[in-house]
Order: sequence, then structure tokens, then C-alpha cells
Amino acid sequence: MSQALVELIQAKFPQAVIETHAQHGDETVVLEAAQWKAVHQFLFSDPRARMNMLMDLTAVDYPERDPRFEVVTHLLSLDKGHRIRLKARVGDPDGDDAEIDSVTDIWASANWMERECWDMMGVRFRGHPDLRRILLYPEFIGHPLRRDYPADKIQPLVAYREVDNIEKLPPFGEEEGMPFGRQTHLGVPDPDADEDAQVN
Amino acid sequence: MEPLDVELDEAEVEFPQEPMLLNVGPSHPAMHGTVRCVMELSGESINKVDVQVGYLHRGFEKMCERGTWTQVFPYIDRCNYVSPMLNNVGYALACEKMLGIEVPERCQYYRMMLGELARMSDHLTCDGAMAMELGAFTPFLWMIKGREMLWDLFEEECGARLTHSFGRVGGMAHPPTDGFKENALAVVRHILSIIDEVERLLLGNRIFLDRLEGVGVISAEDAISLGWTGPCLRAAGVAYDVRKAHPYMKYGEVDFDVPVGQASDCFDRFMVRIEEIKQSARIVEQCAERLADSGPVNVDDPRIILPPKEEVYSTIEGTIQHFKIVMEGLKLPAGEVYSYTEAGNGELGFYLVSDGSGTPYRVRIRPPCFLVTGGLERVITGQMMADVVPCFGSLNMIGGECDR
Amino acid sequence: MGEINSNEVLETGVGEGFVTTRLVPLLSWAQKYSLFMYPFVTACCGMEFMAVSSPRYDFSRFGSEAPRFSPRQSDLLWVVGTITQRQAPVLKRIYEQMAEPKWVLAFGTCASCGGFYDNYACVAGIDKIIPADVYVPGCPPRPEGVLDGLMLLQDKIQRGDRTPGVVKPRRDPATNQKMGLVELRRSRRTA
Repeated sequence: MSQALVELIQAKFPQAVIETHAQHGDETVVLEAAQWKAVHQFLFSDPRARMNMLMDLTAVDYPERDPRFEVVTHLLSLDKGHRIRLKARVGDPDGDDAEIDSVTDIWASANWMERECWDMMGVRFRGHPDLRRILLYPEFIGHPLRRDYPADKIQPLVAYREVDNIEKLPPFGEEEGMPFGRQTHLGVPDPDADEDAQVN
Repeated sequence: MEPLDVELDEAEVEFPQEPMLLNVGPSHPAMHGTVRCVMELSGESINKVDVQVGYLHRGFEKMCERGTWTQVFPYIDRCNYVSPMLNNVGYALACEKMLGIEVPERCQYYRMMLGELARMSDHLTCDGAMAMELGAFTPFLWMIKGREMLWDLFEEECGARLTHSFGRVGGMAHPPTDGFKENALAVVRHILSIIDEVERLLLGNRIFLDRLEGVGVISAEDAISLGWTGPCLRAAGVAYDVRKAHPYMKYGEVDFDVPVGQASDCFDRFMVRIEEIKQSARIVEQCAERLADSGPVNVDDPRIILPPKEEVYSTIEGTIQHFKIVMEGLKLPAGEVYSYTEAGNGELGFYLVSDGSGTPYRVRIRPPCFLVTGGLERVITGQMMADVVPCFGSLNMIGGECDR
Repeated sequence: MGEINSNEVLETGVGEGFVTTRLVPLLSWAQKYSLFMYPFVTACCGMEFMAVSSPRYDFSRFGSEAPRFSPRQSDLLWVVGTITQRQAPVLKRIYEQMAEPKWVLAFGTCASCGGFYDNYACVAGIDKIIPADVYVPGCPPRPEGVLDGLMLLQDKIQRGDRTPGVVKPRRDPATNQKMGLVELRRSRRTA
């Protein structure tokens, strides 16, 4: 993480930077959503930055804030070794209208990561070549990683079997077990058992 | 239908023009894990492929938000389930970065040893499975024999063969056992001899080499753009290893090399892993020399580490401490952190967001093999159908990590 | 399967040795010691499955060696690992494609009851989709547990018993006492 990069961005895009911080040594810049792609493109191509690897692209949901979502990217420069975190806030409190530019034509890794972000959080990426669900199935409705999606709300694709007491299927009694092996119920003494074994 | 004995002029026979859609389904013998590749084939060569992952999406990130910071460890284990200690260590380091603490030296060497042993287990599995899918069943069995030795060692240390959940924020669940160092060195020696045998068996085999060399080539620029890290990136010629580039724990003080390939084909990816096993063995040997035989393993902070059971039952401070850590979870300060380590497949990153309570607000796992599998399309397009098997095997896609 | 419950003496041409038995137990004996498995491997239990198939805990000793990757040609479906909602139709399709007689072994806690994944993505146990015959709990189960599960299944096949069974430990490892949970049902009958 590097302070020089933060200064570079602030010099080039002074109106785009909303705030910066460096918690735990990770330089972070919060940007205007409209300048998202321009800043990323700058960081990729500028010879002082050379951020040639997009490490991570994700979103965090803050339902009590407006804008609700925070799209977060982590960039790395393999040559120079510096990293930076960029953030932008999108979306209204209902979760609609969360749109931001896609950076797929800068880094190919953004393709799948943006698809996952759409799938899990519902953030749309303008200009993404193929924005569809990646981890969940197309019939799934909703975006599960949002805070208001209940974690145990299932949307099964296959109807569950019609059996009584399916939740406790099947009942296993005490005698359910393995009928082979030592026949202790017949009163045959077990040669390996330690008769004086005490419970700790 | 014409009778078969009629002389057919090849020029008159109409071959189908449209490419064929073939579904290499989620349950397939030669694909590790559940991935569905919908391929458009023209003859044997692949025109387009749509790689569909997500058949093992178990909702880790959502589950992490329901427990405490320590309860994330079992979920993390099941991400890259062939090298679970590396995941444990990575997550523990992320939490410790957020707390701003550093574990004692004994713990660092212990974590490094367990992590490198897990990395050896990962590479043994990947290469063994790759060899098996190409028809070489014997090296697979030998490598699994080596892996069993490693798992015996893990069982002795951590209590479980596979999903250890042994790491804790601020240390480890238990200190090393007495025989750990000797056992680890003995196991490492055995595994090096197994690797030697495997190399002698496979690397002179014309069929094995022909199936792997020149197959699944990807350029370094493409690999970097796709976000590849780990052995796949190093096989493409880019010498990026988090342990060397951004050393953490004591990796800066031990002596090891990073194998880098040149041809960026399946064979290089295979060999990079074999060489990494040897380098991991070196690291384990060096750490075993430096691992202290006594001393604290956990950080001495009552807000993070559970107190010993005798204190819990006898002193009031111990009871309160235990209660607070177990019921509320250990409290990480509000904020966010991104911490990264070198896992079996590349840079495993954790982006943690905390709101100051004991429950995680957001745990984002940056999965190395999700991005590597994203590059599968580029690797196999243009190859022949039979090349998919070694290509996919060499990428080492672990379903638990890819889909989380 | 013709129910020829016959005790006839079968004479060979030379009149030398002969065997009398009943057909159904003989067929069951053949079935249980030649199970062709379909390993439907998804997750971490797959690693233990590899371990069970390798020479140390070899399950080919039990006759269950041959993996057949076509459901038509297999009779034991090993469901190894977590089944997610997305995977459920695939599993159901594979189960339906298998020909009778077929058995299902739920390998691991996720396949048996969903494990600790009680969330939107996972099916809480495969018995919600397909009937299972043996459940092997464990996360992942120890290979010895899997072998116990296989033996339990073989026993059920021999007795023609389709009620599901769970693999339980035989002894409490901490105290080396018989756990009392495993009440052995009947003495071994000659098959």
C-alpha cells in the first residue's frame, strides 16, 4: 500500500476523491462513482502506478447508509509492489439503482468478479459483456449477500420428496446399527474388553 | 440410410456444418470438483466454452456473518480443503492485522511448518490426480501414500486429518506436540523420496510428456490480466510469490527458492508444483531447527485468547474472560483490512469489515482459484477435447475455494 | 428376478460335487461383493474418498472397486460432499438414470443432513431429494467409518433390508467402553 499512489490520484482527479484513509496500513481512496473507470484506467496505464493486477473486486452492503453499497477494488502492481484499495458508493436504500462502470476491458479478471458481485449483491456493471449469475442458478430470485436477505431462505430447484416427517427422516432407534462384529447382546464376552475400565 | 457397401465419394458426403454442443457436466470423472463446461466443438477442437461454476456454492460469506470471528475458522478450512492450514493461517493473520498484534515467534514457526506441510499435501493431490487422469495410476497412489503420512502428522497435531480448524486469532488451538519436529522431518524425507520415484517414473515417459508439453499455453500478460497468482502464474514466467514479494511471519528469514516456468503449458504447471514441494521441504527443515521447544504459542492478551480451563473454573477473571470471548466473540476494532498470504493456489486474500462487535460484518475471501478457473476459457479454447483433462487438472481448481 | 426358491439338487454331468442354495441370497451375495460405484464427488469429502480408495484403507477389498462413471452401469451411488440447490437436479437426474437395483450411500455430514450449511444454498441432506440407504456421518468421516458404512450396506443388501442405516462408532474412543448406542440386532446368519 502506498501513500504516493494516493497523492497521484488526488493530483490527477482532485474532484473525484471523496475521502482517503489508511487503516492498518492499507491506503484507501473513496471515489465518486462517475469517475470509477477513469481512475482505474489511469492507475493501469500511468507509468508511475502500473497497477497491472486487479486482485479483488467486491461490494459491501451498508443498509442504513445512502448510498447503500460500497464497491471495493484492490489493485496490485507486480513491478512496483504497491497496492491500493479503491471504493465507490452506489445504490439507494432499497438496493435498486446500484450501477457502476465495469472495468472488464482493463483487466480480464473483472469479468467473473463483477458477475459474482452482481449475483451476490445486485450491483450492476455497465458495459460488462455478459452480466449473469455465476455462483447461483438463474432461477434464483434476490441477492443473498445483502443484509436483508435471510440466510436460510431456500429456493429449491427440485421439489422435496413427499415423505412423512421429512425433517426427521428417517428415525433411527437405538438398535439401529451394525449387526456384524461383536455379538455382545448375546452375552458372548468380548475378549478385548477391559472389564475394569473406569469412566474418567 | 444407404447400405454400407456402396462406394461413397468423400466429396459427395455432406458433413454437418454446425458445431456440436457438448456438456461436460457437473458430475464428471476427470474434472476435479463440480464444474460444468458447455463446449462448442467442431470435430475435436473447441471453438467456444462456457465454464459454469457455482455448483458448490455453500454461502460461506453469508454464514460468516452469523457467528463470531472464531467461528469462521471451520468455514475457512473448507474453502481450500486440500491445504486447510494455509487458509487457517491466512485468516488468523488477517484478524491479527486488524487487531494490530503479532503472535510469538514460536507460533510463527509452528504456523509456517504446518502451512508448508499443507502446501505439500495440496501439490501432491493436484499432481497425483493430474497423473491419474492421464492414465498414470501408480504415481497417484504413491502420492496419496505421501499425503497419508502428512495427514497422520496433522492428525497428531490438530486432531483431524483434513479439516483441522486449528488456527485461532492470536495463536493456535494447542501448542506443538513433543514429537512434532522429528515426525515432520521424517515425513518430509519420505515425501522427497516419493517425489524422486514419481519423477523417475513420469518424466521419461513419452506419452506423459506429449500430453502435457505445449498444451494449454497462456501468455504471461493474459495470466496477469486474468488475475492469476500462485503456481499457475509462476509457470507462465512471472516470479510473483507473496512469501517473497511481501514476506509475512518469518518467510523473510528462511532460505527457499521460487520455481518459475518458461513455457507456460501444463507440463510447466505440473513441474512447478513438484519443485514447490521440494522447496516446502526445505522450509520445513529450516523451521524445525528454529522452532523453540518451549515458550508461549498464543498471544498473552485476555481479550483474545481463551484462558486455561483451570483458571476458568477457579478465578472470576477467568470465568468472565471465557464468557465474553465465547458468548460475544472476540471484538475486533471497527474498520476494514485486506490481508493476503500465499495459499496453495496463489494469493489468498481476506477483506474483513468489522463494526466493532464480535460478529463479523463482512468476510470477503479473495479466492485464487476462482480467478484461475476464470481463465480456463482462454486456456482451452482452440485445444482439442482430450486436452481439457490435463489443462483443467493443472489449474488445480478446488471447488470449495472457487465457489465458496 | 425369478423367485425360484428351490432346494433342488443340481447334478453335474459326472455326478461329482453339487451345491444347494436359495437363489435370492446367492444373488444378494453376488451383488454385495460386486458393487459398481458411481462416485458423485463434490467437496471436501472427496479427499477422504480418495483416501479410502487408496491402498491404506482400500475399499476394493470389499469388492467395491470399480468406479463406473455412467449411472446406467453402476449400482451404488456414493454422494460424497455437499449437495447445493444448484446441484440437486443433477443428482436427482443421475439417481433416476440408474437402473434397479440401486443403493445410495450418503458420505459425510453434508450429504446426510446438510452439516452446518443451513443456508440458502445447500440441501439439508440428500434424503430430501433421493432415498438414501446408508448415512456415514463425519466432517469428513474417517475412512474406517466409511468402510463400516460399506459393510453395513453390504449387510443390508444380504438381508434384503431397505431401511436406512447410520454408521455409529462401536466404542467410545475416550473411555474404550462400548457405547451402548450400537445394539447389535441379530446373530450372523450364514448366507
